[in-house]
Amino acid sequence: MTSTYAAGGGLFGLAPLIIIFPLLGLLTNLLLGRRMGERFVGVVACLAVVASFGVAVSQLVALLAQPEGARVVVADWIAIGSLSVPWAIQVDTLSVTMMLMVSGVSTLIHIYATGYMHEDVRFQGDPGRYTRFFVYFNLFVAAMMVLITGDSFLTLFVGWEGVGLCSYLLIGFWYEKGAGGIGNAVAGKKAFVTNRIGDFGFLVAMFLIYTTFGSLQFEEVFLRAEEMGPAGAGALTAITLLLLVGATGKSAQIPLYVWLPDAMAGPTPVSALIHAATMVTAGIYMIARNHVLFELAPATANIAALVGAATALWAASIAVGQYDIKKVLAYSTISQLGFMVAAVGLGAYVAGMFHLVTHAFFKALLFLSAGSVIQGVERGHHHAAGHAPPSSGRAEQAFDPNDMRHMGGLRSRMPVTFAVYCIGALALAGIPPLAGFFSKDEILAEAARLDPVVYILLTSAAFLTAFYMGRQIWMVFFGQPRSGAAAHAQESPIVMTAPLAGLAVLATLGGALNLPQVHSLSRWLGHTLGEVEIGEFRWQVAALSTGLGLLAIGLSWVLYGRRPLAQGADDPLRRILGPLFAGMERKWGVDEAYNFLFVQRYVDLSRLLGDVVEGRFWHDWFHDRVLGRAYRDGTRWLSDGFDLPVIDGAANGLASLTRAAAGRLRTLQTGYVRTYALFLLLGVVAVLGYLLFR
Amino acid sequence: MNVPTEYVLALSAILFVLGVIGVLIRRNALVVFMSVELMLNSANLAFIAFARAYQSLGGQVFVFFTITVAAAEVAVGLALIVAIFRSKHSIDVDQMSSLKG
Repeated sequence: MTSTYAAGGGLFGLAPLIIIFPLLGLLTNLLLGRRMGERFVGVVACLAVVASFGVAVSQLVALLAQPEGARVVVADWIAIGSLSVPWAIQVDTLSVTMMLMVSGVSTLIHIYATGYMHEDVRFQGDPGRYTRFFVYFNLFVAAMMVLITGDSFLTLFVGWEGVGLCSYLLIGFWYEKGAGGIGNAVAGKKAFVTNRIGDFGFLVAMFLIYTTFGSLQFEEVFLRAEEMGPAGAGALTAITLLLLVGATGKSAQIPLYVWLPDAMAGPTPVSALIHAATMVTAGIYMIARNHVLFELAPATANIAALVGAATALWAASIAVGQYDIKKVLAYSTISQLGFMVAAVGLGAYVAGMFHLVTHAFFKALLFLSAGSVIQGVERGHHHAAGHAPPSSGRAEQAFDPNDMRHMGGLRSRMPVTFAVYCIGALALAGIPPLAGFFSKDEILAEAARLDPVVYILLTSAAFLTAFYMGRQIWMVFFGQPRSGAAAHAQESPIVMTAPLAGLAVLATLGGALNLPQVHSLSRWLGHTLGEVEIGEFRWQVAALSTGLGLLAIGLSWVLYGRRPLAQGADDPLRRILGPLFAGMERKWGVDEAYNFLFVQRYVDLSRLLGDVVEGRFWHDWFHDRVLGRAYRDGTRWLSDGFDLPVIDGAANGLASLTRAAAGRLRTLQTGYVRTYALFLLLGVVAVLGYLLFR
Repeated sequence: MNVPTEYVLALSAILFVLGVIGVLIRRNALVVFMSVELMLNSANLAFIAFARAYQSLGGQVFVFFTITVAAAEVAVGLALIVAIFRSKHSIDVDQMSSLKG
């Protein structure tokens, strides 16, 4: 399937640059950014990503000439015993598709971010963070490229963790903001911890892969898995299930999706790039990359399909009840990721990858437009508040520029944003001929062919998708402004609207990648994914989903468009759906349930371990009582029972013995001459007596 | 007349014991001194007795030495007694016990 670089075309040798360019960009900004100012930082960061995109294009050109791809070995990385993992870059149609998508979308988002972050750091009152933002952003691109290009599970894992780190850093970018001054930091922590749970699954899967197949490189593992046949079914099911756990963490699927809505605490370009277009698709990419394993484990693939479909419907239902413009999009992202996971679970890898790419286009577009709306409203708010300087009071903190209930009537105030938002929303809703229609329809057609349950779930999700996007558009752009801020909202600068226009074009034309009957993407990815079944276009499926989409948009018009929401009025859905809407609004209480089931239990366990086991048992009882007292008693005995009587006694006893003996002997010294003479005599008598009688 | 040596030696022993008793029990330093002379001379008598018994001149010679040394000793001892008397105004040996322990 692949050959080494030596056999490939010269262009493949450029592949490592796709990681190196963003790294260079971030190093430059890290060293010089503070000194050189915003413009320099923005240009360097953008150029780094543009260069990456150039490399991706060069790989595309190289692949067109040699579609089987190449493996570019950069360095010997790990060699321990029988484990040998070189750092090699896998250039094949799958990875190059991801490279193009990631670097292309990143480029547009980077350009947008130079404008957005200029405003954002000004609103939030810390211009010094501009540089840091772009350093993280470039780091993210580099890590994502490592993830995509890795030719082994271990390299993929490095990227996997790297993007997780960047996600954490960027969610908590305004770490001092949010509820209670720690809300954003808590959101970052939640994302990181939830991802760790998925990563744990991925890690264990890697261990299992190594023990089962003796290698971590994709190519070898796949070969051995195929050789193994039915004998390895059990191990393969375990491995793929654990990989699926990893995917549910990174790609925000049930049960680990809860971090993604909170991740919206990050600046909007972060939400667009990391939490919509690129990082969260890593799980789908990983499954597609391991399609061989998943094909050999049909049970896991089934579970993946069901998890994806359930997530799609579940998240779509929550999105209906949200008021935060970004939260709606976040749940929409989860829902669309569910579509992709369902697709790869069904074995429709091409459909999944196709939707991944088009989703990146229109979801990035939607998020960036939402960012434009938010900043427009913020500008309007400052205008309405009488040109108050940024972050000047409490009232400012209380105003939430993300709340769709404060918006309305922005159509005339922000015409460009409105236009592109409509394109994004229609693409997401799956209205032809926009990109989302083709990709979503391919998934639905596959589902209809393979699994009716998944099909019903996904179609319902598609219906809800069209409904909540319609609701959002009517609430944000139509009717009368529901706050002074919305009334004075201003359009964003060209540096932000230009990338929006670019993404709008992609969201419109993205469907051309894999048109029915032509199937260019299917053929292209077929080089990597093997001979893929080219799904036939089903008119009835397409007609049904389009009809449902239009119906949902019409329904949303009846509810939100015909009679626009008045200022302070309640959502009309609440009257119709009652407690069902309350459930959607509260996200079905999943956060609370997790909090009760896991977080509180974990806190209880920690408290038990900390207070009872560590505090009372180890510290109070074992250390203080057992060890401390034993030591104290031991030393007391040694001091009172041994040192004082024996050691001191010996020394003192010797002294007093000497003193007593001396006291006795001194009485011999009478000072009288005759006494001495007598002793002399006695001595002489004794000596003579001895000499006589010996 | 031939006096047996045993008799002379017995006399010598008696004289020596008398000297010893004098040294031990008398308090006058001069008498103690004379008792010491008595002991020396009892020893001389024993020398002489043996010199005659063994017909050897060595004992006679030893006696001369003893007498000479005794004379020197008397000179030193009397000088000491005079010095003590000067400071203590007494030659009672029991008064001189400042070396008592």
